[in-house]
Amino acid sequence: MSESPEMLSCREVVELVTAYLEGALTEAEEVRFEEHLAMCDGCAAYLDQMRRTIAIAGRLDPEAVDIESCDRLVHAFRGWRDGGPEGP
Amino acid sequence: MYLGTLVLNTMTSTDADHSIATPEDLRTVEALRAGDERVFRDLVERYHASLIRVALMYVRTRAVAEEVVQDTWIGVLRSLPRFEGRSSLRTWIFRILANQARTRARREARSVPFSSLAGLDDDSPAVGADRFLAADHPAFPGHWATPPRSWAALPEDELLAGETRERVLAAIDTLPAAQRTVISLRDVEGWSSDEVCDLLEISEGNQRVLLHRARSKVRQALEEYLDGRAA
Repeated sequence: MSESPEMLSCREVVELVTAYLEGALTEAEEVRFEEHLAMCDGCAAYLDQMRRTIAIAGRLDPEAVDIESCDRLVHAFRGWRDGGPEGP
Repeated sequence: MYLGTLVLNTMTSTDADHSIATPEDLRTVEALRAGDERVFRDLVERYHASLIRVALMYVRTRAVAEEVVQDTWIGVLRSLPRFEGRSSLRTWIFRILANQARTRARREARSVPFSSLAGLDDDSPAVGADRFLAADHPAFPGHWATPPRSWAALPEDELLAGETRERVLAAIDTLPAAQRTVISLRDVEGWSSDEVCDLLEISEGNQRVLLHRARSKVRQALEEYLDGRAA
């Protein structure tokens, strides 16, 4: 790790991770970010952890709808469909 | 009102294009108009929980959010004849929700108007200061004192195990409403950043801050859990 003032610190890198993943860094910032990453195992592990966290979030099961709500809505749907007095 | 939307939606996204209705959307709408109850039930099952999550950004209680979502579905049925396919069905449904929720929030005396930005003022760091060397450290200021452990060696099935996913879900559930909504739409539901900004009427910068806070906390919870197991 260098002492150069241009070098990002790890503490700065972790705050830029989302902007990096979103492609929101300027080209110069992105270069500095990637230079740091290439030399720093800790930050490389951090970025990898963040990517895996996002991947796990993408695998969460949809939450079940409670039956009562669903039945009430289907009832409203029938009312709407049949154009009866219970329709919306 | 939706001029900004049109501009945003012309931007390219890596995800599916939600700026116009897909053929599947049109088939779904056709089936609903024809009175297909099963299609309606599927739609409710697919979006109900997400709709409640978004509603909770605007209203305070789960009970009110449930009401807003019930009203949204009724609104969807009422507006169905006017669906023209100029946005995806998903975008269209969530816009109806957002409008209902905003109206309700304004009406509720105890609601904070536009509370959707609450959580932006959260300035907690992504990683605790105690994990880093001091800013005046002679050789490595601000560098890791306790670097994160690599997860590369963890078996894939441990990372995707039910218990790991439960931890992630639990961490998401404890976030402030705006952070929870943004991470849910982006990472759980797979929305693009344009879509989220458009729906919640927030800037891209604000959306990113909310996402950053949310992801950082969820990662930390996951690290605590996985390191605890390894210990």
